[in-house]
Amino acid sequence: MTTLDERVDAARFTTDEPLIRVRNLVKHFPITRGIIFQRKIGAVQAVDGISFDVKRGETLGLVGETGCGKSTTARLLVRLLDPTGGEILFEGEDIAKRKGDGLRALHREAQMIFQDPYSSLNPRKTVGSIIAEPFAIHGMLKEKGARKQRVQELMDRVGLNPEHYNRYPHEFSGGQRQRIGVARAIALEPKLLVADEPVSALDVSIQAQVLNLLRGLQRELNLTLIFIAHDLSVVRHMCDRVAVMYLGKIVEISPADSLYGFPRHPYTGALLSAVPVPNPTASHRRSRQLLSGDVPSPANPPSACRFHTRCPKAQEVCSVEEPTLEEKGGGSIAACHFPLSRDEVRREVEVTAGE
Amino acid sequence: MTDGPLLKVEDLRVYFDTEDGVVHAVDGVSYSVDTGKTLGIVGESGSGKTVSSLTTLGLTRLQGATVTGRIHFEGRDLVGLPDRELRRLRGNDIAMIFQDPLSSLHPFYKVGHQLVEAIRTHRNVSKSAARKRAIDLLELVGIPDPQRRADEYPHEFSGGMRQRAMIAMALSNEPKLLIADEPTTALDVTVQAQILALLQDLQDRLGMAIIIITHDLGVVAEITDEICVMYSGRIVERASTDQIFDAPEHPYTWGLLKSIPRLDRPRNEDLVPIAGRPPSLIMRPSGCFFHPRCPYVQKRHRTVDPELAPVPDDSHHQVACLLDSSVRRKIWNGLQAGRDPTSLRELAGPGLPSRAPAVAAPIASGTRPGGLRAP
Repeated sequence: MTTLDERVDAARFTTDEPLIRVRNLVKHFPITRGIIFQRKIGAVQAVDGISFDVKRGETLGLVGETGCGKSTTARLLVRLLDPTGGEILFEGEDIAKRKGDGLRALHREAQMIFQDPYSSLNPRKTVGSIIAEPFAIHGMLKEKGARKQRVQELMDRVGLNPEHYNRYPHEFSGGQRQRIGVARAIALEPKLLVADEPVSALDVSIQAQVLNLLRGLQRELNLTLIFIAHDLSVVRHMCDRVAVMYLGKIVEISPADSLYGFPRHPYTGALLSAVPVPNPTASHRRSRQLLSGDVPSPANPPSACRFHTRCPKAQEVCSVEEPTLEEKGGGSIAACHFPLSRDEVRREVEVTAGE
Repeated sequence: MTDGPLLKVEDLRVYFDTEDGVVHAVDGVSYSVDTGKTLGIVGESGSGKTVSSLTTLGLTRLQGATVTGRIHFEGRDLVGLPDRELRRLRGNDIAMIFQDPLSSLHPFYKVGHQLVEAIRTHRNVSKSAARKRAIDLLELVGIPDPQRRADEYPHEFSGGMRQRAMIAMALSNEPKLLIADEPTTALDVTVQAQILALLQDLQDRLGMAIIIITHDLGVVAEITDEICVMYSGRIVERASTDQIFDAPEHPYTWGLLKSIPRLDRPRNEDLVPIAGRPPSLIMRPSGCFFHPRCPYVQKRHRTVDPELAPVPDDSHHQVACLLDSSVRRKIWNGLQAGRDPTSLRELAGPGLPSRAPAVAAPIASGTRPGGLRAP
């Protein structure tokens, strides 16, 4: 038996020295019973042994249904949560168990943008002080006026009027608030930016503004971006590589072109075929592969391949032997005993346009 | 009784009087839907799409709203209908499903009980007969093990199952018209696909008309026959679904289509956002409501208010735009070829004199951006 590390390297996730290497990352949330004496009666296996690398300057997308662990993964990467097990190597150093000053140092390098632009900004603080907060926390730009100047530069960069420095979050629209969140996240010029559903709360016409802003910033600051969204079209637009998660596991991780053009895992195929396409002719042509039922509980996930209970291709081996992530040709890396064939993809999934 | 459309809304206006001024939530909207057909109403938040359908059910009556216009349902005008009669219609002939199934189901009552109540409100049947029907309905909408599930509470259901339960409740009296307000917005794509397939299947079997309200162009492309695009309380474009996607005529519709990433387009295609943000419904722009955000704005667009009128060779395709139809086609062809709106601007004309960027000022509540007028 090879170790997981060797398998992952053999599958050639990346070639250059990655910014982040995640190995066997686990996060279990305990389920307890009792008020004073809390007994642990089980665990929600939110993230259950995932491994991947992220190259510098790359955008990695994380997709999957509600409860698949994508947001938990995001929070683990910036250490807003403590992992139950596994390693997170950030520039070669394990940050999984960092505390105190070490953690603060990490947060200079890794920042996060949240989904809800309403609850992620303190309503009692002015926009200026919200964006300046990272400088205050890290004791930077202490000279008089330096902070204000830098904050106004940041506001200008993200498309906000710098004169609105003294306004409060409620005076801004949803799209503008998200820009405030972005300005705060890039204030320290981090290396890694984790964006958890950054546009899902925004109106259609505003979404594109924020997506274009993130793309521009990434190019300019050479940011490594981890982009989480449930909208698969948005993820395809933004990401170089995409990891598909199901019940705490990565089931497929591939370059965006291969993943969307030729998905190998049946779950990826089902997700893609479920995306409504704003093209009446194309959507009537497809024969949809509908997944039945809901995602099983992560407190009690199915055995072996966790997707076998809903998988149209499942056979007996799927409930006995867990498939490993391995190369399936064309740059795709999937964990499946019976990956999709070209024909199946053409019949059930295909709507994507080539390059 | 079956002549003409099932529901015909004519010049509907809904105004709310608030401390800050009159909110023109719906401002002269007309549409209709036939039995067995699906109409999509597309728009962003604040475009009036939800208020117009709530008004159909009389649900905006209590909030100090002024409602004018006509809503013909099977020959009756619902606008002036007494509350008692409207209540008889609501949940019976016309039913509605809402975006958030968790807050639309009562958390204290079992799902089966809530269905029984919906049935017994409109029909004189025994409890046991109603319960049997409730279980049949849960089965119809694809809830596994309906006998047992009927005795569970809403919190024991998953999001998709709650939405199915809502649909079951809406269908309990075999409505002729089902209004679905963002029925899948809170759901995962896989569940969304299930719910949309369910709605279509039920429509085929029960022959009801559906109005689906959404901001998601993908959803309307999948299931509608006709689409109304709303902006700032008005319909700016109305056409068959194919026409909206193949030959849209309004710059706002172009903006929507070009600002979403699509799986059926090349991956690296640039998104073209619509500048600015939707206007306030209290202080509305002068002239064409879209002019502060429109890349093709001309001087007279700031003063002239366009009417919804048919395009030259298609009387079913209506658009409210002051640009010439031939110009619009040229611009859309340019956009389709991947050109940037700014490079197509001169097709529309000289533009505005001493043009300030058309970005509607970063609006903070309480400020009045230039070019707006009090109602």
